[in-house]
Order: sequence, then C-alpha cells, then structure tokens
Amino acid sequence: MEQPAYNYAIVRSFVTWSIVWGLVAVLVGVFIAFQLVDPNLNVPPYLTYGRLRPLHTNAGIFGWAIGSFFATFLYMVQRLCRTPLWSDRLARFQLWFFNATIITAAVTLLLGFNTSKEYHELEWPVDIMVVILWVVFAVNIIMTIAKRREEQMYISLWFMLASIVGVAILYIVNGAEVPVSLFKSYSAYAGTNDANVEWWYGHNAVAMVLTAPPLAVFYYFLPKSTGVPIYSHRLSIIAFWSLIFMYLWTGAHHLLWTPVPDWVQTLAMAFSVMLIAPSWGSVFNGYLSMEGQWHQMRENYLVKFLILGITFYGLQTLQGPLQAIRSFSAFIHYTDWVPGHVHMGALGWVSLVLFAAIYYLVPRIYGRELYSIPLANLHFWLVLVGQLGYSVSMWIAGVQQAGMWHSLNPDGSLAYSFMETLIEMYPYWWARAISGVIYLVGIGVFIYNLLMTVRRGKPAGEAVQGV
Amino acid sequence: MWEKKPALFLLLATLTILVGTVVTMVLPFAWVNTDADRIASVKPYTPLQLAGRDIYIREGCNNCHTQTVRPLVAEVLRYGDYSKSGEFRYDRPFLWGSKRTGPDLARIGGKYPDAWHYQHLAAPTSMVPRSNMPAYAFLNQGTVDPAYTRRKMEVLGFPYRAAEISALQGKTEMDALVAYLQKLGSDIPWRQAARTVMVGELHNPYQGDSSVLSAGSALFEAHCSACHGKEMTGGIGPDIHDLDLPDADLYQLVFNGIPDGGMPGFSSLGTDRVWKIVNFVKYHKRH
Repeated sequence: MEQPAYNYAIVRSFVTWSIVWGLVAVLVGVFIAFQLVDPNLNVPPYLTYGRLRPLHTNAGIFGWAIGSFFATFLYMVQRLCRTPLWSDRLARFQLWFFNATIITAAVTLLLGFNTSKEYHELEWPVDIMVVILWVVFAVNIIMTIAKRREEQMYISLWFMLASIVGVAILYIVNGAEVPVSLFKSYSAYAGTNDANVEWWYGHNAVAMVLTAPPLAVFYYFLPKSTGVPIYSHRLSIIAFWSLIFMYLWTGAHHLLWTPVPDWVQTLAMAFSVMLIAPSWGSVFNGYLSMEGQWHQMRENYLVKFLILGITFYGLQTLQGPLQAIRSFSAFIHYTDWVPGHVHMGALGWVSLVLFAAIYYLVPRIYGRELYSIPLANLHFWLVLVGQLGYSVSMWIAGVQQAGMWHSLNPDGSLAYSFMETLIEMYPYWWARAISGVIYLVGIGVFIYNLLMTVRRGKPAGEAVQGV
Repeated sequence: MWEKKPALFLLLATLTILVGTVVTMVLPFAWVNTDADRIASVKPYTPLQLAGRDIYIREGCNNCHTQTVRPLVAEVLRYGDYSKSGEFRYDRPFLWGSKRTGPDLARIGGKYPDAWHYQHLAAPTSMVPRSNMPAYAFLNQGTVDPAYTRRKMEVLGFPYRAAEISALQGKTEMDALVAYLQKLGSDIPWRQAARTVMVGELHNPYQGDSSVLSAGSALFEAHCSACHGKEMTGGIGPDIHDLDLPDADLYQLVFNGIPDGGMPGFSSLGTDRVWKIVNFVKYHKRH
C-alpha cells in the first residue's frame, strides 16, 4: 500500500529538542538536590534554589513533556488520520517558537521574573508566547483531523483533543493578571480565591499535560510495540469520559485544612477517591492487552518501558487519592513525601512511556535500526533504580518528618523544634541527590544510544520503515 | 458517533470539563472575599511591605516556605493561630506554598526583632547552624524604586500617602523584605489571645539541681544563643550573663516572651524544658 508523504522531519526535530530540554531539567534537578544538602552551592542572585526550582519544573513540564508530546502527537495524528500534516510550515514555526518560548522562560525565571504560582511561574509576556504556541499546535492537529482519511478517531486522538481544550481553558483562566510593567504583574484573583483557582489549574495541569497526553501515547505505542490491539474499546470510552469529568473537581485536595470553603475541600476529596476507577480503567486495559503477550516483557524492551510506565501510573493514582484524604493530608502534606509522589509520576509514568515512544520512533523517522538494545536495557534499569531511589527515600523522609512535626510531649508541648526535624532529613536528601545522579547517567546512556543510532545504525529493514 | 465527528467531540469534551470547573472553581467566588469572611483589622500592604513582598516572590521564597497554618494541634503550637480566609484578601497572588523545607511563615510577623531577620537573611547559618537556607546578603545592595512602587500600589488599589513613597528613597531590598516579614500574620491580635496567664505561685522544680544543667545548656545553645550569645554576653538580644531575676519571673519571661521587646515566647517547648533553660541561665556560673 502506498504511503502518504508523512512529515517525519518535524517529528525528528521535536524529538531532538525535547531531549535537550529534558536533559536540562534533570541536570538542574540534580543540582538543586545538592543545594538542599549544601546551601553553599547557591550562587546568588541567579542560581539560588528559589529561582532554579521553577526552572527545573518548567523545563521538565514544558520542555521535556510537552516537547515530546508535540513530537509524538505530530507523528500519531498523521498515522491515525492516514494523511500528512495540514500545514508543514505551521509545524516548522511551532518548532522554532517552542524553542524561543523555552529559552525566554529559562532566562526570565533566572532573572527573577515570576508570578509565584506553581507550574505557572512564567510572567505575562511569556504566558502569551505559550498561548500562541498552543493555538498553533491546536490548529494544525484539529485541521489534520478534519481532513483525515480514516473515519473513526482512535482513542489516542480523543485524549489529544481533550488535552488541547483542557490546557487552553486552564492556562488562560489561571493566567489572568494585571501587568505593572513588562515583566511584573499581579494576579486577577486575591487570597483564598487565587489559591483555589491556582490549584484547580495546578492539579488539572497534571490531568491535561501529564495524564491525558501520556495515555494517548500509551494507547498508540503499546499495541504498536506488542503487535496486538488494545483489550477493550468500550473500557477506554468509559475510562476516558469519566476521567475528564472527575478530574476537574479535585484541585482543592491541594488545599485541605486551608481557609478554602470546607465543601470545596470535601468535594475534592470525594472526587479524588472516585478518580481511582477511571485511572485504573486505563491501567487494566493496558494489562489485559498483554494477555498471552507477557513473554514480551523479556523479549521486547519497548514493552518493558510501557508496562512499567503504566504500573507507575496505577501506583500514582492510588497514592494520589490517599494523599487527598483529609486525615492523611494532615499528616503528610508539606513534607518530602510529596516530591517523592510527584517524581514517581514524572520519572516513572510519564518519562518511561515517552522513552518507549522515542525508541519506537527513532528507527522509523531516521530509517535506522536502534544502535544497541543492551544499552536500552541499561538505560531502563538506571532510570528505574534512580527513580525508585528518589521516591522511596522521600517517602520514608516524609513519614519521619511528619511524625516529628506532629509528636507531642506528655505535657502537650512539641517534642521537636523545626531544626531538629530538618537535621534528620539530610541523609535522605543525600540519597535523593545520588538517585538523581543515577537517573542522569541513565539519560546519558539514552542520548548516547540515540546518537549512535542516527550516526552508525544499520539501515532499517522494510519491517521498520513500512509500518 | 462522537468518535466520527471531531467538532461534536470537542464540544462534548469542553462541556464535560466545565461542570467540575464551574462548581468547584467559579462558585466559591460567591463566598470568598465577601462580607462573609471579612476581618476589619486586616489592612493592605504599605509601599515598603509591598516592595518586600515582591522580593519574596522574585526570590521564590514560596518554594520552601508556606504561609498557611492549618487548624491542627501541633501546627498551632508551632506556628500560632490557624489562618483565616479574611487575612489574605489583599494577597495578589496568594503565597500559601506547598512544601515546608523551611518553617511556615504565616505568623512570623512580630516573632523576632528586625535585627534577627537582617542577620538571618544575610547569613542563615550564623543564626541557625545547620540550616540549608541560601544566604541573601545581596539584598543589602539592591534598592527599592519609589516611582515603580507607587505604580504597583495604584495597580492594586492600595491606599498610600506621598510621604510613604518618598520614605522609600534609599531603602534597600533587605529593608523591604524585613518590613514584609514583620507584617505577616500580625493583622489579627492572635499573640495576645495565645498568651498564657500564670496563676498561683510558680515553683522551680529543679531548684539547686545541677544534674539538669547540661540539658539546659543544650536547650540554651539551640534556642537562645543565636540572640544572647554563646557566653550570654548579648548580641541581637541583651547581655544576660549576670541576669538577676527571681526564677518565677524568668520562667514567665521565657515562656511568654516579650512581645513588644522582640523576644519570642518558648511555650511550645513545654514547662519542663523552659525550667531547664531558667536553671541554666541563672545557675551556670556556679559550676
């Protein structure tokens, strides 16, 4: 069958740049992990923890995650619609504007221009760049879908479209602010309202950037990697609609016990627990798709990344609702447990699935076989050990910290001063920093393997190029 | 059929997303920051405090410090009265944070004297030896721009006097940040309410007991020496090496602090540890 002239050049570019920004995110992450054990590593004013941490999160979310979603979406939309991109020029513009936005974001954050809102730190001119970028991307995806030659829209396209709409609403509403100068603005909302809007945004950024898009990737690349279809179309329909319905109610679980109205907190708590069902709908759909195919866990490194990825998604969506319960939140919130949770999602779920997608893509978009499967396996184990080291050390740290914060003497006084609790964290913070280094080495192996594939890989056979 | 019609699908997905959005995000505006949660004594920021708040934001202090005290026993003991919605109505943006690598700052205002903050911000480990907070001495070099601050006050609609703007001339960023920290959480009179009134006669349980001196010494080192000096010869706080006060008076002073004199209270340590500190301060010289 003759193939349409798919635009793979743009996919190659986005793969490259998302990995560059991913490397930056991990490098900065490791550096700030060491700053927490030794404050002398802070280099004021530009390289202090307070300015670098937003750079770390923004490089991770906007650079690595969104960058590689651009790569995978621009690939998937062409394949699933059996048609080339609506506009190659628009896609090229999107690439350069993406890099311009990330660079502007990095520079302005280091200069101290930030709104303080978590995961939405960028000041208003950079906000506008992000909106333009998203609109350009959305137009190209929607127009490509409109002229598709495959009537049915596959699951991955639903998640893609929901994410496009969701991010647009969230980003614009939470970004409402009144400028004072080119790089300073004040939020349009005040105090408790501002907090509630911000965490409606913050938690649903997790839904629309770090859940729906990697699910789109998972639902496409798992069947492609195993060669067998998804277990149940009906289950994916139910899971999809209930997921995007329930997520939006849960933001205030970040604000339990704060002055936000109690009923908002209670709704957030209830919906967070209910959210286990649609999340696990996708997890089970993934597992059941492996029926009769489990031997591929040994033989196919792509499957290993994907199944471990969806497993971490399953664990993440159990741990998350647990933290969203008032009594457990009272204990664990504000401790180091929380970064442990977040990094299981970021390093485990999202990144493992993206690694698999990139390993699948590179031979196809470069027409070369992967340079080394053993190196891909080494990469797998390094990032897995690094991520588990990070998360497990932080969970233990968080439980100890919470226990010490809350423990009282028989006379009702506090058992520990704040500094006594902080000092106990140093060994865990060391463990976290070292785990980060292991993860970084894993990323190094990944990049080396891809570089060697592009430069020295054997020309790929029909099997790889054709599908 | 929505699987075959992208426009219909987009519409349905948007509506689905908007239900939870309207209920949990839009609806609360009807209650929050209205008369329902207004607190009359809460005032907007002065120009200097606002300039300081913007430095707090610029430096990303909210990455390590929260500003909301939850209504939990240990938390109220550690930080002070729990936070009320009405206290934040002038906060644009809010700065509640999400992680306590350092302590909560919602009630830091008035806890320490200005001098404590100046020294601590410039060199945190000089006050708190094993702190992992970065040093912010460079804030002493930056200055506050009066005209720009005036513009900010106007954008936010905060009242100000011309004299307050002209007084900003020559103020450093450090001055502004300290002014901001000193306002935090002090618009409601919670300190007076939390003060313990002692009744009856106080009796030192460790009178003449030299066995607790080493425990007292460790407590003094951890909680008092940053201000009064390791040798009690003073620093930010006064010289107390030959303090002559009755045990009971010293106990009350350490327990409740001197709110107007800038000394924090140490009631959260509990009676036993406060008596050990009293014992050490009064009787260390005899050994």
